[in-house]
Amino acid sequence: MSKNKDNWKIWEVFIRSRNGLSHKHVGSLHAPDAEVALKNARDVYTRRSEGISIWVVPSEAITASSPDEKEPLFTPADDKVYRHPTFYDIPDEVGHM
Amino acid sequence: MTTEMNLEQKFQDYVDAENKIEPKDWMPDRYRKTLIRQISQHAHSEVVGMLPEANWITRAPSLRRKVALLAKVQDEAGHGLYLYSAAETLGADRQDMVEDLLSGKAKYSSIFNYPTPTWADIGAIGWLVDGAAIANQVMLCRTSYGPYSRAMVRICKEESFHQRQGYEIMMTLARGTEKQKQMAQEALNRWWWPSLMMFGPTDDESPNSAQSMKWKIKRKSNDQLRQEFIDKTVPQAEFLGLQVPDPDLKWNEERGHYNFGTIDWEEFYNVINGNGKCNKQRMDARNKAHDEGEWVREAANAYALKEQKRKEQVAA
Amino acid sequence: MQKELLEYTLRLGDNALILGQRLGEWCGYGPVLEQDIALSNIALDQLGQARMLMQYAARLKGEEYTEDKMAFFRDVTEYHNVLMLELPNDHWGFTIMRQFLFDTFNYYQYTQLLQSQDDHIKSVAQKAIKEITYHAQWSAEWVIRLGDGTEESHQKMQTALDELWQWTGEMLTPDAVDEKMREAGIGADLNKVKEEWQQKVAEILEIATLKKPEDDWMQEGGKQGEHSEHLGYILAEMQHLPRMYPEAEW
Repeated sequence: MSKNKDNWKIWEVFIRSRNGLSHKHVGSLHAPDAEVALKNARDVYTRRSEGISIWVVPSEAITASSPDEKEPLFTPADDKVYRHPTFYDIPDEVGHM
Repeated sequence: MTTEMNLEQKFQDYVDAENKIEPKDWMPDRYRKTLIRQISQHAHSEVVGMLPEANWITRAPSLRRKVALLAKVQDEAGHGLYLYSAAETLGADRQDMVEDLLSGKAKYSSIFNYPTPTWADIGAIGWLVDGAAIANQVMLCRTSYGPYSRAMVRICKEESFHQRQGYEIMMTLARGTEKQKQMAQEALNRWWWPSLMMFGPTDDESPNSAQSMKWKIKRKSNDQLRQEFIDKTVPQAEFLGLQVPDPDLKWNEERGHYNFGTIDWEEFYNVINGNGKCNKQRMDARNKAHDEGEWVREAANAYALKEQKRKEQVAA
Repeated sequence: MQKELLEYTLRLGDNALILGQRLGEWCGYGPVLEQDIALSNIALDQLGQARMLMQYAARLKGEEYTEDKMAFFRDVTEYHNVLMLELPNDHWGFTIMRQFLFDTFNYYQYTQLLQSQDDHIKSVAQKAIKEITYHAQWSAEWVIRLGDGTEESHQKMQTALDELWQWTGEMLTPDAVDEKMREAGIGADLNKVKEEWQQKVAEILEIATLKKPEDDWMQEGGKQGEHSEHLGYILAEMQHLPRMYPEAEW
């Protein structure tokens, strides 16, 4: 949790750009609660109408896999934390999101 | 000890193979620290960089220019936010970073300590300052740290209209009345040299650069980027019919590059050290915004806490 | 009729422009990046609406007029925005409270304008209503958070509300131009807007734990071109460059 009274917690933002495609992680932001986080996500991450559906998740609620203790450096395919863009199956022709 | 060395070597091999480092991957402590410093400085620069341009939002001379400028300055807030987010994946806290900026401990790009006295400065910033920033940012799209690289890809995509916006302003002025043309020339005179300084000290004066290049945080040296920017920008100035304020500027057929005059590094360090026209003004503005916003940030947290308790009571 | 239609269009357009101008002053100075961006979005929407309406007003006025001529070459008494929007921004909470009071009005007004018999106004409304719906939700959410936040924020919001209240009557009270436009099926029925506004505002203020002020003296005049001292400074700042070089293109 925040150490200061005026520090808002962090939320991860996922956006679905059009029907039929999965939500994709686009970044994070700060907000005091879920409703504000959603509106902030709209204002911050869809300024160019990039999305039609938004998810926000408190960052602290996400559990990410850890790289193998013995092989700390990257046995690639085993390291799909949520930040990895290829975790979400989006065709190339959609372009960068 | 040996394990640590092995790790560092493995890390280097991994980076050399053009892999991206992700937040939970092992990384040398200095890599993490270098990144936090660089990314947060970059974020601070976006946020402080809003101010010289925001100076003209209420005075933009047409409605079309007004919305374009407002959208651009708003984008910079967004870019600051993306960058703070990238630094947060390394374990830095936004509030700490902001406090370092406000206390003067953290640096931001010195260019934003120059004033924007006329409308033409808005054109010159878009064209030159954003042009220089984009050169740097395009390189950083390929930086070795994943979240930084992804933030940069997003930023570069959004920045594409910024430079065009600025250049279009310059073009309109350069083709306008005598007075407007003069305005444009004077703005170019003001912003040319500071823009070249944005790439940082020359390579032989830039001790940290080598390590950053080795880790592929940086992919090109300061001097390389500066030369590319000059080569690209001089023809653009010629197209405008404006004079680049450097008597030594000359195409060098042999090198395939422009030769250019000596940069006044004394001015550079002078402005970094607080003596720019606007250093104090910019920091005062950031501090004021932060202090006067405290009650708003606090209230929103207090409300969130109350709501949470109310929900728990209903559930119980 | 043409005269009233022009004035009505300018009322809508000047509200959007002057509010957009005021909100633009916040850009770079908001309490946190996320809120800075949010308010700039609203400013951009307002300015976008202002442009459409200025273009229409210019058309109504004649060939030699443009959106910029309408915005930059009218003086204080030729502006028709409501007075509340020209008040200085004051602190963030004051700006948010004003936004809420205006957005709520604007939402009900533009909902009616979706049915306007005037094609231009109707098409502006069709585009604007999506934006305004969002603005009204956003500012209501923030009035609730700041009203029911801390002791300090509650005080600030209550004071802002008390100060702003006297400026709300004007937008809800029809004059001859409003009546004529309503009768022609072009403009909104402000009496109906007022009812809906009062209900919504009361509802949100209650959730926000704020006390609705008693209706007392209401300021008016902005719609007719009788302004406070603030508008002159807004225009001086906004218009100075085009007026200094009237022959120039920008």
